Amino acid sequence: MTSRAPSRRARVRRLATALTVVAALAALLLPSAATAASALRTELNEIEAEVMCPVCGTLLELAESPQATREKAFIEKLIKQGQSKDEIKEALVEQYGDAVLAEPKGSGFSLSAYVVPIIAFAVAVVLLAFAVWKWRRAAGSREERHPAIEGPSDADRKRLDEDIGRYDL
Amino acid sequence: MAVVGFLVYGLISKGNSRLAVGEKAPSPELPKLGEPGEGSLKEYRGEWVLVNFWASWCVPCRDEAPALAKFQAEHQGQDFTVVGIDTQDISDDGTKFAKEFGLTYPLLHDGNGDNGHEFGTTGVPENYLLEPNGKLAWDVAGPVDAKMLEEHVAPLLPPEKKT
Repeated sequence: MTSRAPSRRARVRRLATALTVVAALAALLLPSAATAASALRTELNEIEAEVMCPVCGTLLELAESPQATREKAFIEKLIKQGQSKDEIKEALVEQYGDAVLAEPKGSGFSLSAYVVPIIAFAVAVVLLAFAVWKWRRAAGSREERHPAIEGPSDADRKRLDEDIGRYDL
Repeated sequence: MAVVGFLVYGLISKGNSRLAVGEKAPSPELPKLGEPGEGSLKEYRGEWVLVNFWASWCVPCRDEAPALAKFQAEHQGQDFTVVGIDTQDISDDGTKFAKEFGLTYPLLHDGNGDNGHEFGTTGVPENYLLEPNGKLAWDVAGPVDAKMLEEHVAPLLPPEKKT
């Protein structure tokens, strides 16, 4: 009996130690697992905001179609594989073509999405400047052809005042 | 002018009407699904071709796949083949789908859906039967089943060649 008592105490102590170690490990691992899940969600959200659901024609973050679900799963798989955002977007372009990118690429035909508005704005400014110049020029020549009408002369003004004075208004 | 030009281009490129019976089918080069290299519907000139636009995420495509696989097995010796075009789909998902349903006919990948738009598809699945000269003979905007294939496609096919 006396020989069993210390051994039971030792077992309890070992069990307590083991539980403490497990608790400490859990305390260390659970937050890091939560952080990893949160980081995955953040990265997924970022990419979903920058790519399209090709079938729905909307941003992937707004889409809930079956195709969008598969696209999201594909992105999640690549994130878990450790691929960067650019690598994932490139992989999506390989699968769905350039149209999967919410913002067109700055090369090839897609470049026109950036260049055309700039050219259109420049052309509009030039046309507006030309129109203003032409309008001002036309106004100048009109003044030359039809000089401003001068007011009555001093003599006429005096006569006018005398006439009005006669009527006692 | 540039803006008007782009609007016109947009209308022309997006407003493709559905391929009509008697019209020649577009046949651009597309990547093969699940294997390297490219393929085109042009390669099947001289054969009747049932072009099946599908995607792994599409439920009706799952419903019709067994009928297509069976029809291919029964009629492939009659100058006929089904050509499946996996459209707007992840190619790995498409490959898994093909394995799951035992699809043995040629499969192409139309990732951006442009080839489908050239046919005038509005969704998946859609089916187009092409004559040996590449012109459209019959089509259905939706899934096919064994009965439809037997009624509309089988009677047009030449008898099986005796070897």
